Amino acid sequence: MSTDTAEHVDTHDEAHDHPSDRKYVQVAIILAIVTALEVGTYWMESVPGEVLIPVLMLMMVYKFFYVAAWFMHLKFDSPMFTKFFVAGLILATIVYGIMLTAFEFWHKG
Amino acid sequence: MADAAAVSHGHGTGTGLSNNKLLMWTFLGSECLLFGGLISTYLIYRSRFGDGPAPGDIFDIPFTSVSSFVLLMSSLTMVLSLSALQRGDIRNNRIWLLTTALLGALFIGGQVYEFTTFLREGLGYTTSPFSSAFFTLTGFHGVHVSLGIVMLMSLLISSFRGTLTKERSETVEIVGLYWHFVDVVWIFIFTVIYLVPSPTS
Repeated sequence: MSTDTAEHVDTHDEAHDHPSDRKYVQVAIILAIVTALEVGTYWMESVPGEVLIPVLMLMMVYKFFYVAAWFMHLKFDSPMFTKFFVAGLILATIVYGIMLTAFEFWHKG
Repeated sequence: MADAAAVSHGHGTGTGLSNNKLLMWTFLGSECLLFGGLISTYLIYRSRFGDGPAPGDIFDIPFTSVSSFVLLMSSLTMVLSLSALQRGDIRNNRIWLLTTALLGALFIGGQVYEFTTFLREGLGYTTSPFSSAFFTLTGFHGVHVSLGIVMLMSLLISSFRGTLTKERSETVEIVGLYWHFVDVVWIFIFTVIYLVPSPTS
């Protein structure tokens, strides 16, 4: 297989190997359930912040990457796109992690 | 024409990937820094509400939950519009594009309602460092959603002019990437700003 042909196959797959509409609806239902669970925590006043905040963060990260993987097609597209996006995400996390530390956010809350 | 379509799908580029898609992903990576800055600023200032209303006193979680759900579902309709166009189903593509734009407009309507309610309750842009950070963050996000609605309407106009075809589905995919990004940013904002317990006065 020549390089040109290999490229053709790669880009063809990139453009057309997307999930079915049924799968998209399933993904949306899962996202809706996780959102409902997140919102449900608002009424759980007895749960301490030390437990509540990590649980909320976990659900948020799950939803974030679930949308990116399925709706933004990172699961199916070239890993190059993921690298570009994750690079920005990591850079932002480091830069603003340092900023929040400098402002003593973690101590003040 | 055929060459242009081929290039737009990544043929003949150095990476073998679509330059337009790569550009959008790079842009979205840079947007992480913009929103990261706005969210961090909010986190630093959320306890500095002075004599004005505190975040914990003013947020209407049930209302914001509904608008968050609306934006989340707009991601589904966006991806369904792309899927329809990739099958060559122009009619459904238009229906889902319009639905996405309407859901986006509903979200913006909710945000306008929320902002006016806050203003009536005494929380203006310059009331406190908290209010400035809050309105800047959520306002910037609202501007992004509004720009997304303009893009969706442009796609719809292109479709009715007959220039948005199955061969040009990548255009919808790229606008879709922007739209989903706006959605994932809201996923972050909704949890960090609204759901994580906020200070009260």
